[in-house]
Amino acid sequence: MSFPTVNITDVNRPYWDGLAEGKLRYQCCEACGNTWLPSRANCPKCLAADPKWREASGRGRVISWVVYHTAYTDHLKARVPYDVTLVELDEGPRLLTNVIDSEAGKKLTPDAPVALSIESEEGVSIPRFRLQQNHGAL
Amino acid sequence: MRGKVVIAGVGNTRYGKHPGRDRIDLIVEAARNAIFDAGISKDMLDGLFVKMANSEPSILYGQKVSEALGLRPTIGCSLDQGGAANIGLITYAAMAIEAGMIDTALVCYGDTARTGSRAVYHRPRGDDAVVGWYSTAAGYAMIHQAYRNRYQPRDEEFGIVAVQTREHGSENPDAHLRMPLTMDAYLSGPFVVEPLRRDDCCLVSDGGAAVILMSVERAKQLGRHAAVPILGLGQGQESWDVHLREDLLRTKAEDSARAAFKMAGIAPSDIGVAQIYDCFTVTVLQTLEDYGLAPRGQAGSKALAEGLGIDGWLPLNTSGGLLSESGTPGMQLIIEGVRQMRGDARLQVKNPGACIISNQGGSMHTHATLVLGEPL
Ligand SMILES: [Zn+2]
Repeated sequence: MSFPTVNITDVNRPYWDGLAEGKLRYQCCEACGNTWLPSRANCPKCLAADPKWREASGRGRVISWVVYHTAYTDHLKARVPYDVTLVELDEGPRLLTNVIDSEAGKKLTPDAPVALSIESEEGVSIPRFRLQQNHGAL
Repeated sequence: MRGKVVIAGVGNTRYGKHPGRDRIDLIVEAARNAIFDAGISKDMLDGLFVKMANSEPSILYGQKVSEALGLRPTIGCSLDQGGAANIGLITYAAMAIEAGMIDTALVCYGDTARTGSRAVYHRPRGDDAVVGWYSTAAGYAMIHQAYRNRYQPRDEEFGIVAVQTREHGSENPDAHLRMPLTMDAYLSGPFVVEPLRRDDCCLVSDGGAAVILMSVERAKQLGRHAAVPILGLGQGQESWDVHLREDLLRTKAEDSARAAFKMAGIAPSDIGVAQIYDCFTVTVLQTLEDYGLAPRGQAGSKALAEGLGIDGWLPLNTSGGLLSESGTPGMQLIIEGVRQMRGDARLQVKNPGACIISNQGGSMHTHATLVLGEPL
């Protein structure tokens, strides 16, 4: 199996277009103030339609992580071992990502501050992160 | 509902590999065994409740099973709640019996994920696959790591679950994996998705399993004295995917157990034997804590100190669970619970009093709890 294709829809297009422009966007409900990722057509809290997109600061913190020692598809064989890390953005939304300089998870700790570092792979702009020594320095 | 409906018969196939057989064939074999065990005629069955096959969900699956069983039931369905569905189906079957809509129900499951396709367990997880997010194991690895972050457990606290269930499974001639596991072998097992080691992860198995439900009055009429009453039932659905949960270590498992204990009118301390869904070792620690059977963060240390064997603190997964008996989703736990309460289990717990069984699906998304009491 080759690199996975992203399923672009009308709902998630601003997210992937944003990444291609170097921006990480998240959704926000104008009716109730809820913020979230991944993208949805409606606010899951108040069910209002037409959520708005906002640009994230790119700062966040580590919640939990895993390290793959198994390559579930061929293209991942060159990557193992690799981390998949759960990051909560300062604005609230969460995403699954990779922390580029985590040495396959070895350097990760709970609440470690991280900052956005978008990488391109197989033509897809992927929101990845780097460890930050201090939270203010992006 | 308490004590109104009984499990009057149970049946299963051998678990493991069944090359050349299909899942409905396995269901028919399990149903044949359950019908024999209940001592009823097939024609009594007017309810048929089938769990969707994990490896190949399909439309009108219940009708295909029904046809193979030569039944034309009054009520029938196939249900998807992932691994919570077998207790889910028992709940709806019991409600239909209690409402007088049906008389006798067959609840069943069969799959051939071992010799057929196990792709479902390795699948890419939506658009997150671009960061390498694949497999069922990864969601549990994320929970396992969160558990480590919060409680700093020793690795042996997870290991004891695998070691003990494997010891139980080694005594079970129907079990898929009968080779016992030492703690040293557990600790030196390779990582699959770290922190999950090989032996933290359940099997992928072929197998079929079935139970027969009827009202307590019906069982008495038929002279079914070994019928085991359903004392409590509960469910809870988490909905949010693992990484979106405000607290990765809190799901609706707690609510599912609370509802079941409330219906049963008993407390966690009344439980003498537990069959806990052990798709991964962390699921067991989490569930024991969610169910109030151990304090938060202490299920593993309590298990190490006081044991999970049939003479231990809490006899656990006494036929081997998903880690040893069968990687099929949950009916084997229900069947073993029934056997423990009847007193005819292979590794029999003395006077268990009550048995609790957990089923759960997804990455601890769906939860269902069953409490069984002493036979009629
Ligand atoms: Zn809203």
